[in-house]
Amino acid sequence: MNVARNVAGEVTADGRTLGGTLMDLRNITLRFGGVTAIKDISFDIREGEIRAIIGPNGAGKSSMLNVISGFYNPQEGEVWFRGDRRGPMRPYQVARLGIARTFQNIALFDGMSVLDNIMTGRLTHTRSGLLDQAIWWGKAQREENAHREKVEEIIDFLEIQRIRKTPVGRLPYGLKKRVELARALAAEPKLLLLDEPMAGMNVEEKEDMSRYILDVNDEFGTTVALIEHDMGVVMDLSDRVVVMDYGRKIGDGTPSEVRNNQAVIDAYLGVAHD
Amino acid sequence: MPDQVFFALEVMVNGLMVGVMYALVALGFVLIFKASGIFNYAQGVMALFAALTLVGIQQGQVPFAHLINAIFGTDIHHFGWQVPALLAIVLTVLVMIGLAVLIERIVLKHLVNQEPIILFMATIGLAYFLEGVGDLMWGSDIKVMDVGLPQGISDSIDRATFDWFGYGFFIDRLDIAASIIAALLVAALIVFSQYTREGRALRAVADDHQAALSVGISLRFIWVLVWSIAGFVALVAGIMWGAKSGVQFSLSLIALKALPVLMLGGFTSIPGAIVGGLIIGMGEKLFEFIVGPLVGGATENWFAYVLALLFLVFRPQGLFGEKIIERV
Repeated sequence: MNVARNVAGEVTADGRTLGGTLMDLRNITLRFGGVTAIKDISFDIREGEIRAIIGPNGAGKSSMLNVISGFYNPQEGEVWFRGDRRGPMRPYQVARLGIARTFQNIALFDGMSVLDNIMTGRLTHTRSGLLDQAIWWGKAQREENAHREKVEEIIDFLEIQRIRKTPVGRLPYGLKKRVELARALAAEPKLLLLDEPMAGMNVEEKEDMSRYILDVNDEFGTTVALIEHDMGVVMDLSDRVVVMDYGRKIGDGTPSEVRNNQAVIDAYLGVAHD
Repeated sequence: MPDQVFFALEVMVNGLMVGVMYALVALGFVLIFKASGIFNYAQGVMALFAALTLVGIQQGQVPFAHLINAIFGTDIHHFGWQVPALLAIVLTVLVMIGLAVLIERIVLKHLVNQEPIILFMATIGLAYFLEGVGDLMWGSDIKVMDVGLPQGISDSIDRATFDWFGYGFFIDRLDIAASIIAALLVAALIVFSQYTREGRALRAVADDHQAALSVGISLRFIWVLVWSIAGFVALVAGIMWGAKSGVQFSLSLIALKALPVLMLGGFTSIPGAIVGGLIIGMGEKLFEFIVGPLVGGATENWFAYVLALLFLVFRPQGLFGEKIIERV
């Protein structure tokens, strides 16, 4: 079956036009030995939206993101991306499909400059192979320049011009997070996955990051799926929210729907057992 | 100037050139260590294997001749043709790439995410395996490496320096060729790692596997690539050392000389491997020249290791290695 659940063009009550289904996760179950990290979860991500996955610690949010990005392959369930069912894949193959990600504990190439780090994001777009580069030096150079232009655009966009030649290892935490976002953006992803983009940041940095995420979504039209702990941020940023608890989905909807969902309130505030 | 000074200078220049050869071997270690954190014990044996294969192909030897003869009762040893040196080198490069693919498929693939010590053990196994296969394929007799590299003392340098200084420098033309080839090799490696996308991917993998995967880099491809390059460097080292001292088992022991070079230069630095090689090459020759007569000679056998030991005590990360910072 090759049917997307939603088609583009549907208009919401508040007047926004929704995109078609970009990614559809159907009945995903993920186990590690005897531990079930994700139990039978289904949800979709629509083109152009900001989709958040929230939940208490250990709810399985990061596992979910790792399923989407191919770091884990679920034992059960189907992953559909752009109308095609995706078989078990390795992370680099998923990246080549146009899904870029950042990590909870920043994963950058510390020995390389900011510019080189972001350039690695362009690897999925490079056409010329090793031999081409050796033989057609000029052509490869032109391609390199085109990539460089794109990367400079992103550097301007994220306002990191001043540090572009700095080795990443020397940067403070907040800037590293931004460089990681830049690297993911350089791939011009169809789907951008952010694993706690604001973890460990102060209020000001959080505001900056929120603005960047909104701008990315707005200006590039990039679909974003993110995990975040800061409720305020999530509610402000996202179009729709999936709520997980103990590996199960307990809520799914717009921020206001989720906020009024009794199961969600119970999960976050605890239930009185009497 | 007295001849004594010129002689010391001559010793130094010769030492530098030997150092280049050490650096060549050390380079193979550094490449693999940087990209995958594996200390490849088999690097020396790879040089031997590459040299054996090159000579074997060039002389038209039948691979596994002894094995074939023993099983089928035949008596074949040679195809009866000679392969031109350049073609033989190209074929050997292909064999080394094939070897890299096999190593990845059969060994590394199954050891992903294992401790470095386990990978190290695997390379020890690989070393013995390759040594055996090399013997089985091409026989264990000593072979002569002849790919058209210049040999013998350079007359023109001897004459020129005699005209200028009144003292003729004896410099082996093979050493000069080796230095030039090594310089070209290093330049090519630097261009590769800095300016090609595979080079950038390689540096990325060296830094962080997860992040590399997330930008679409296939680790397996990079490992095949890096082992192929290390195989190529091993071939170059094998050719040089083979031309100098014959292709035989002892060729694999040059790896032992690479160890002190690595300790001096640091395991993760390409310039370090080169400078380390030069220092050890020059140091051991000069030490033998100056201190040797006082202690009865034969200092070349241990000088490098003592120097390495001193470095281990006082500067364990080497001259160019990444500083080791332990967080408490």
